[in-house]
Amino acid sequence: MGNLLSLTTFIPLIGALILALFLRGDDEPAQRNAKWVALATTGFTFIVSLFILAQFNPADTGFQMVEEREWLLGMQYRMGVDGISILFVMLTTFLMPLVIGACWDVKVRVKEYMIAFLVLETLMLGVFMALDLVLFYLFFEAGLIPMFLIIGIWGGANRIYASFKFFLYTFLGSVLMLVAMVAMFNAAGTTNIEAMLDPEFQFASETMFVFGWQIAGGMQTLLWLAFFASFAVKMPMWPVHTWLPDAHVQAPTAGSVVLAAILLKMGGYGFLRFSLPMFPVASDLLAPLVLWMSAIAIVYTSLVALVQNDMKKLIAYSSVAHMGYVTMGIFAANQQGVDGAIFQMLSHGFISGALFLCVGVIYDRMHTREIDAYGGLVNRMPAYALIFLFFTMANVGLPGTSGFIGEFLTLIGVFQVNTWVAAVATTGVILSAAYALWLYRRVVMGDLIKEALRSITDMTRRERALFAPLVLMTLLLGVYPALVTDIIGPSVTALVGNYETAVLAFESANMFAQN
Amino acid sequence: METTILFAPLVGALIAGFGWKAIGETAAQWVTTGLLFLAAFLSWIVFLTHDGVTESITILRWIESGSLSADWAIRMDRLTATMLIVITSVSALVHLYSFGYMAHDENFKEGENYKARFFAYLSFFTFAMLMLVTSDNLIQMFFGWEGVGVASYLLIGFYYKKPSANAAAIKAFVVNRVGDLGFALGIFATYLIFDSVKFADIFAAVPDHVDDTITFLWRDWAALEVIAVLLFVGAMGKSAQLILHTWLPDAMEGPTPVSALIHAATMVTAGVFLVCRMSPIIEFAPNAKEFIVFLGASTAFFAATVGLVQNDIKRVIAYSTCSQLGYMFVAAGVGVYSVAMFHLLTHAFFKAMLFLGAGSVIHGMHHEQDMRNYGGLKDKLPWTFRAMMIGTLAITGVGIPLLYVGFPIGFAGFVSKDAIIESAFAASNSYAFWMLVISALFTSFYSWRLIFLTFYGTPRGDKHTHEHAHESPTVMLAPLGILAVGAIFAGMVFYKPFFGSEQSVGKFFGYVSADEYHEEAHVPAFTLIAPAYAAGDEDKDEEHAINQVPGEGAIFHHPDNHVLHDAHYVPKWVKLSPFVAMLLGFLTAYQMYIRRPDLPAKLAEQQAPLYNFLLNKWYVDEIYNVLFVRPALWIGGFLWKRGDGNVIDGGINGLALGIIPFFTRLAGRAQSGYMFTYVFGMVIGIAVLLTWVTLGGGAK
Repeated sequence: MGNLLSLTTFIPLIGALILALFLRGDDEPAQRNAKWVALATTGFTFIVSLFILAQFNPADTGFQMVEEREWLLGMQYRMGVDGISILFVMLTTFLMPLVIGACWDVKVRVKEYMIAFLVLETLMLGVFMALDLVLFYLFFEAGLIPMFLIIGIWGGANRIYASFKFFLYTFLGSVLMLVAMVAMFNAAGTTNIEAMLDPEFQFASETMFVFGWQIAGGMQTLLWLAFFASFAVKMPMWPVHTWLPDAHVQAPTAGSVVLAAILLKMGGYGFLRFSLPMFPVASDLLAPLVLWMSAIAIVYTSLVALVQNDMKKLIAYSSVAHMGYVTMGIFAANQQGVDGAIFQMLSHGFISGALFLCVGVIYDRMHTREIDAYGGLVNRMPAYALIFLFFTMANVGLPGTSGFIGEFLTLIGVFQVNTWVAAVATTGVILSAAYALWLYRRVVMGDLIKEALRSITDMTRRERALFAPLVLMTLLLGVYPALVTDIIGPSVTALVGNYETAVLAFESANMFAQN
Repeated sequence: METTILFAPLVGALIAGFGWKAIGETAAQWVTTGLLFLAAFLSWIVFLTHDGVTESITILRWIESGSLSADWAIRMDRLTATMLIVITSVSALVHLYSFGYMAHDENFKEGENYKARFFAYLSFFTFAMLMLVTSDNLIQMFFGWEGVGVASYLLIGFYYKKPSANAAAIKAFVVNRVGDLGFALGIFATYLIFDSVKFADIFAAVPDHVDDTITFLWRDWAALEVIAVLLFVGAMGKSAQLILHTWLPDAMEGPTPVSALIHAATMVTAGVFLVCRMSPIIEFAPNAKEFIVFLGASTAFFAATVGLVQNDIKRVIAYSTCSQLGYMFVAAGVGVYSVAMFHLLTHAFFKAMLFLGAGSVIHGMHHEQDMRNYGGLKDKLPWTFRAMMIGTLAITGVGIPLLYVGFPIGFAGFVSKDAIIESAFAASNSYAFWMLVISALFTSFYSWRLIFLTFYGTPRGDKHTHEHAHESPTVMLAPLGILAVGAIFAGMVFYKPFFGSEQSVGKFFGYVSADEYHEEAHVPAFTLIAPAYAAGDEDKDEEHAINQVPGEGAIFHHPDNHVLHDAHYVPKWVKLSPFVAMLLGFLTAYQMYIRRPDLPAKLAEQQAPLYNFLLNKWYVDEIYNVLFVRPALWIGGFLWKRGDGNVIDGGINGLALGIIPFFTRLAGRAQSGYMFTYVFGMVIGIAVLLTWVTLGGGAK
């Protein structure tokens, strides 16, 4: 199957088309059909994606299963996966059926809702597989549209504000990234990502002067900054993170899950695909900045999480903190750091997704996210208490869960580069325990006193089924992380090796220049 | 066999936790308890047949990233074997005891099932603790370290309806995490220096890295010192040493069997174990050793002073635990790791027994824990009384000083605690020595105070409760009996391997091989007057010095470390001092609580500031609240409202001021129900930008 990647990418779109063209009406049966079609489509996509995994050869650090085609206006359609991207593809296909399952109780415009998610899946998969700048940009930007719709149509009371905030933030970054891409095309003469990743090819790094400002790292630094503007917002990194809590609070449960579990990873993936390998000199120059921003993010957002009264906001801030470990690991730029960053992103996909589902479970019952409205749920919802506890512990990075591996590897990676950053970031393990356990205590523990909660029911079979795969993956990756590191390891080694070579070359060249 | 020991508790925990509905609560209890007894039985076989040679068993791959590699694996050596028997024996007995203790619990309503959950937690804890001690690398040890933390969290918060229990559970976890911060940084530093996290690799490489430096925070340090201190910070958290001790007394919110197992015998000793385990590094970090001794001695003293005035029976014992852990750290810090392990072992027996005894009292007194409401229970709870008595004789260190019949004669605590005090003196650390002697006096006082207030005098408090006070069932008394045997004999039986001649200790811990081993000729088998081997024997150093290679055997001594040897040759007054301190403590307590029961109240009134200072535990909790808890919340609120709200969002809004009117108009339309105008705008935007690229030469 020469076009397995395209097949995986576009199956959801086909599902969406079928829904759009053939499904009529908005009555009960139509809604049910829409949901089943969406579930079947995403499930099928997952199965097809398993073939990608089966065909993938971890030892080969180049792109595999590459597809090349002419596209409109003579541009290239180019798809491929390597050790860096393949697991993001798998994460997406794995989670989407669960996301569909999470919106089973939605009653408003179900067909459109399903279409939005299916289109979104195609676009997200495209981002992780695209090997051409234009194609990547298209997927990357277009992905925002369904997410806007999901928040803007099916969201909470303040949804318009949230989606505009989201837009304001991402728009600026996007424009800069686009300008940078044009510049890259001018410099490289191609939009082929694979060609730009070739270690033989380097973007210019001679010192430049812009409006009289001296720019060390020259062209690379400018490009790096432009991409950074876009990816840092997507991550999101401190201080451009404030759109995320609002977006999460207003998004419907399934929207939050996609946002936290998959969409945020596009930023991290972007750093690994573009910033680190294409602009190594600039990355090296600016790494201290990123490391410190990450460390601040971890402490800052953890402290803010401590005082939240809205469950979703709390978990959103916790997400920002966890993404801090990712950026820190990436720009530590060594094997453990990058391994850890990828691992942390995957793990966060399962854990944060599950935590937002946890909020969804009780939100569906009580229609409030106020922490103070709860208390003592364990008395009536023991199964829920157990699941919530499990993911709370995973969120604080308990060894044995996947949360630990990512956190630990990124920290051990950054310790080799900068002990200050490592020490500051490690205080995150204290703060995360504080806010997560305090949340758990206020919601689940205690006696059940509140009158409104007296008749609350434990999780339904559907809800349990949603959590089961997430529990399984969180445990499996925590106990046997080799499943992941075996796949990403060689590619990361190559990435880090090329990076170090480029940085060394730059440094020795500069030394000659000085002499 | 080791694998069976390790996983039996996990299997039990899973069956009880998830399968109790299928098999019933009673069956779940029996399954966990049975598996624990099996593990204990096998552990004793392993301990008794272990020849001191380090073995390694790999179970499964775990973390692999570049040169960093840590497997799920078992390292079997004397330290592990010793911990195995401590953990599985106490755990098995606590499981058994819990049948009785947890049979009825007023914290739960009729029909609420809690027993299977309790037993599952206990077994899960045991598993995590075993993972900690059997680990062959630092990361797996960290797994166990955090695992016991979670189990402790779950068990402290077992009475989840009580706000105080929930608060204590969180406090325990979070304060421990402060220690874990140190532990984690210690692991990072170890990996940076040694390029490995496996004990075998690290220890073997220690001689190559003695002079290494590491840049940590603001300056360069001796690498091994940094590693030792950071790891010790982890130990401080888990073992409730000063600064990070505040969680332990609060942890008494958990059911009493939990206090016996986790907060007396096993988990809290993990820090001592860690220091002993890392002895090849600690031995090359003299400043870190000083620090460990200083902190251990200070903790021993501090906790003992607080213990003097507490009224809650469990809190007295909790502070006592804290204090005794300080003793162990002094031993480890002065470099006699075998003695630290010795006290760990004996302490596990008598402290577990004291806690279980206290549990028996609490059980018999309908969950009354305030000793001011006890009194005269000697005849109501005769067996509990006897057990507590033995425990007290053991912890206060009753024995016959200066007599030596191949081993000293006395209760377990007498032998091991005196060994520590003598070692502190032999290491010429007079601060530690005097602190420990004074603490021994206090220990004796509060222990006897506990006995006198509980069992002697006239009944105080609720009359009804006293009338219905009853002795506990056999299932609770039997574990007490078994532990009593340990509390009496453990010191004498294990004297030689833990605190005998260097040869016998060396053989036991595997750094003197069987064919090198020889009985030291000048050691008399029997003498009525000790300093152990021979009074005034000045024949020191040379021939005793065993040149050890790091990583050989379970513990390591630097060639210049003669404390183990010298401790046997301390002056007689040193040997007598803890005994005298014990007597003084006993007499004071006797005077104050038997002969003149009105004295304590008067004294408290007279010395009100001092009394309140001690009663409020030196106000450490209050200070921390002001220094850490409230500022954290305040800063969090500040960053949220001001940082996120005013500065960042304010800035972004300001930046966008020009386009905001446009957006508001758009928003107005979108709010009217239709998002498509907005999305249309975006699509157009993307299309325009795409065209730009294309025209810019995208075609190629």
